Amino acid sequence: MPKDGGIGASSKRREDVRFLTGVGNYTDDINAHGQAHVFFLRSDVAHGKLNAVDTTTAAAMPGVVQIFTGADFEAVGGMPCGWQVTGKNGEVMQEPKHPVLASEKVRHVGEPIAAVVADTLEQARDAAEAILLDITELPAVIDMKAAVVANAPKVHDDLANNLCYDWGFVEENKAATDKAFLDAAHVTSLELVNNRLVANPMEPRVALGEYSQGTDEHTLYTTSQNPHVIRLLMGAFVLGIPEHKLRVVSPDVGGGFGTKIFHYQEEAFCTFAAKACKRPVKWTSSRTEAFMSDAHGRDHVTKIELALDADNNFTALRTDTYANMGAYLSTFAPSVPTWLHGTLMAGNYKTPLIYVNVKAVFTNTVPVDAYRGAGRPEATFQLERVVDKAARELGVDPIALRRQNFITEFPYATPVAVEYDTGDYHATMDKLEEMGDFSGFEARRKASEASGKLRGLGVNCYIEACGIAPSNLVGQLGARAGLYESATVRVNATGGLVVMTGSHSHGQGHETAFAQVVAEMIGIDESMIEIVHGDTAKVPMGMGTYGSRSIAVGGSAMVRATEKIINKAKKIASHLLEASESDIELKDGAFSVAGTDKSVAWGDVTLAAYVPHNYPLEEIEPGLEETAFYDPSNFTYPAGAYCCEVEVDPETGKVSIERFAAADDFGNIINPMIVTGQVHGGLAQGIGQALLENCAYDENGQLLSASYMDYAMPRADDLPMFSVDHSCQTPCTHNPLGVKGCGEAGAIGSPPAVVNAVVDALRSAGKDVTHIDMPLSPDRVWAAMQ
Amino acid sequence: MYNFEFQKPDTISDAVAALGAEDAQALGGGQTLLPTMKQRLASPKVLVSLKGIAELQGLCMGDDGSMCIGGATNHATVAVEATSYPALAATAAHIGDPAVRNRGTIGGSLANNDPSACYPAAALASGATIVSNSREILADDFFQGMFTTALEEGEIITEVRFPIPEKANYQKFLQPASRFALVGVFVAKFADGVRVAITGASNDGVFRWGEAEETLSTNFSPDALQGLSLSDSDMIADLHGTAAYRAHLCSVMTKRAVMAAN
Ligand SMILES: Cc1cc2nc3c(=O)[nH]c(=O)nc-3n(C[C@H](O)[C@H](O)[C@H](O)COP(=O)(O)OP(=O)(O)OC[C@H]3O[C@@H](n4cnc5c(N)ncnc54)[C@H](O)[C@@H]3O)c2cc1C
Repeated sequence: MPKDGGIGASSKRREDVRFLTGVGNYTDDINAHGQAHVFFLRSDVAHGKLNAVDTTTAAAMPGVVQIFTGADFEAVGGMPCGWQVTGKNGEVMQEPKHPVLASEKVRHVGEPIAAVVADTLEQARDAAEAILLDITELPAVIDMKAAVVANAPKVHDDLANNLCYDWGFVEENKAATDKAFLDAAHVTSLELVNNRLVANPMEPRVALGEYSQGTDEHTLYTTSQNPHVIRLLMGAFVLGIPEHKLRVVSPDVGGGFGTKIFHYQEEAFCTFAAKACKRPVKWTSSRTEAFMSDAHGRDHVTKIELALDADNNFTALRTDTYANMGAYLSTFAPSVPTWLHGTLMAGNYKTPLIYVNVKAVFTNTVPVDAYRGAGRPEATFQLERVVDKAARELGVDPIALRRQNFITEFPYATPVAVEYDTGDYHATMDKLEEMGDFSGFEARRKASEASGKLRGLGVNCYIEACGIAPSNLVGQLGARAGLYESATVRVNATGGLVVMTGSHSHGQGHETAFAQVVAEMIGIDESMIEIVHGDTAKVPMGMGTYGSRSIAVGGSAMVRATEKIINKAKKIASHLLEASESDIELKDGAFSVAGTDKSVAWGDVTLAAYVPHNYPLEEIEPGLEETAFYDPSNFTYPAGAYCCEVEVDPETGKVSIERFAAADDFGNIINPMIVTGQVHGGLAQGIGQALLENCAYDENGQLLSASYMDYAMPRADDLPMFSVDHSCQTPCTHNPLGVKGCGEAGAIGSPPAVVNAVVDALRSAGKDVTHIDMPLSPDRVWAAMQ
Repeated sequence: MYNFEFQKPDTISDAVAALGAEDAQALGGGQTLLPTMKQRLASPKVLVSLKGIAELQGLCMGDDGSMCIGGATNHATVAVEATSYPALAATAAHIGDPAVRNRGTIGGSLANNDPSACYPAAALASGATIVSNSREILADDFFQGMFTTALEEGEIITEVRFPIPEKANYQKFLQPASRFALVGVFVAKFADGVRVAITGASNDGVFRWGEAEETLSTNFSPDALQGLSLSDSDMIADLHGTAAYRAHLCSVMTKRAVMAAN
């Protein structure tokens, strides 16, 4: 029987009522009295010396309030980077200055050079057209390998070269890994590209800065996944505003996918300008600006090698990756190709020796940072592609090769510094074999052949690290932040609750799922619980939502705070019931004395807390409000197995996805419907990466895919009906809910399944194709077949 | 968008008069023009909407049996009402999305002559006549390279007359992002011969594939196309396909169009 409430119930998403009826409150819906608008004049060259910015004519244009250039920000801090990576030989990464508005040089198309604040946006645009720029174009640094050769033009003149860092992991394993390759019975190697993507949340970024002269308080409304982090980064590092004078609000946010984690120049600008102009200042990104200024994702070029012994056991893995940082270091950029990527290279396999080398490179492109999956899709893609290639080279069944090398004993310490607490990879593969109806594949392949199509089946596994992350561990790894989460549970006199969580929902359904957990713990109806997030003035502290951390870390903080509430409520109940506290039981929203019929309702206890006439005042304080901070002791490790069946039109190269199945182990599940939706969305994005999406630059650094005319987003009719299962559950061993997180799995696990399937299809037609780089657009597939 | 004046006349002559003003431009469905204006890439001083002119709306059958479509008729209307020319109705039904089809007009599409648009292929393959406020122009003379047509400044397409072929079909291979035609081939078989028009492929915009027309005129079957191919020297090469790929698709789509027409 499906439950109709609490943990495990597919409660309908309460927030959808406002989203679907057009009464949500997004940042762009907020307008402040007297607000002015800013238009950013952005560079249209990728690399150039900025000789002069002449705003004289523009400043005199109608409606102009003030025009800002890089010079106005010289006294202000630059955009901070939140993670410092240390390279192979102990050298700290090169960290360039990142100004709010360009000064001295422009370093990518889209970099803001000047900001015009005017009464209306059109007036600001008019004036921006009258700004005279004097830029001497310089050769653009685009290709990563060319960027790191000696004497390559430098993106940052004050750095030694374009290499941000050269990271080796685990350095102590290198010699042994190299030796294992010499001893191997078989080595499979593969060079591949993990294509650059643009996140494209439906809602573009927006910032509205306000300043109160009376109280010297700043408020920033922004489309952020982590308002407290923005408050800290912008307040402490950019503008020098103490946190108690700065409020950051992220109301309803229409999708983030990682790109709204980071602190952006436009946020700092609007906050700064509101004070300078004595008017609220608002910016709403156009879609064109989003393509040129939202942090991009992925963009790795990798060589991976897998060594096997004569029995097809994996003996070693070695990778060599170039990771594009873009022109500047976005907030968490250095962590993505390193700690979120290298640590996952073991995948689901007991490969004893692994060595990962990553060279992070500056280029004249938009900064690259975390995008749904962040590092883990890159790890999974290369690993699952090379395993597939090895199976084909060895003539063994790709599933059997994987199963043979699965990790089966937990906890399992990988050679890449993480410990998987629990998992059962055979279980998800068994489930997948059933869902994928592999035994019927040959018949389906014949049917496709009869209609002139090639059919292929691709299978892969994945593992990821979620629930980011133990603060002390990430501190050692270079994070300049803690990664706990906080929650405050405030019970009102009449029994309703407000949960203030540092997690941020931008589409994930927290308001529903979080309420289910608290409802279950207390035994009251979900409708009595309100989830509040996204406002530093309401929520004490928060690290925000990314890395599939919300339920695992934010949910755990909420559980801890609710436990404190229940403990205190029991004390009050024991007083009211004149019984010993240890005899008090909470069930279905009522406190009772064990073994008796004496009970008191939840509402009576909460009322007593605020109207403490009959109350143990000498023992406890009135009121019922508790806060907890939860810092996880390990990552969580969701894992699973995916399969994809494609049809390829051999005449045109067009790939169509006929079937797709995903068997995931997310540990315990709070709301199965929401989890299914998260997987669907992730699969759509992963399939988008595999077949459609391609953020491309030409050799001069012009963005070729700067609109939806050229950047192909997945549409509903590009996707099949997904078959999704999450019944294989090995609960996380170290958080109170036993949950692992599900937000990124689909995007991590699906690209290799698609590519494996297409390669399989082509080989069925006798084509000797071992790899095609994503996206597998018709022209690329056709070219590969020629 | 820059400021502009907006006019919505209800007769062709008023529209022509209004278009006589400096920097005046006709507005059909605005599906191309408005985004361009929003990006400040176009800056007409006067926009003359053709949507209020009753004569420019709708479909009818001409005395010579051709299908006449008013210059400001939207794609959705053609998709539903061009029942006597099913291949044309199907072409209209696959332009853009419902919003685009309910705004975009045949006159706007032909006047714009986007190298990847669908209607130009239909008009050229059908041997349509483009009727303006001042003259009649044969499709063969109308299209003069990407975004270029025979239209003079201020000239309005008032009607398009499509002779109805015995058999016809349009095959559109989608550009994955825009879903315009990466290559689109319209094949029309008339009593006196076959016409094949290709969009999306060439740097010169929509064109007729003479060799294929000749062969198909004697043998209207996909097999007749065996071994025929187009040179890739003038083909478009971009993010979505090389010139060679486009040349290849021209053959594939032509073959499929013939197959579907039969
Ligand atoms: C999302 C999207 C997808 C699309 N997909 C496709 C597709 O798949 N295939 C396709 O073929 N097209 C596609 N289009 C284009 C669309 O079909 C329109 O036909 C096209 O934009 C022009 O028609 P319009 O009526 O909107 O013209 P407008 O944008 O109003 O005008 C375009 C030009 O034509 C001129 N003009 C307009 N009407 C006349 C007239 N009667 N006489 C003379 N000049 C005139 C205008 O002055 C302007 O220069 C798409 C458009 C969009 C926005």
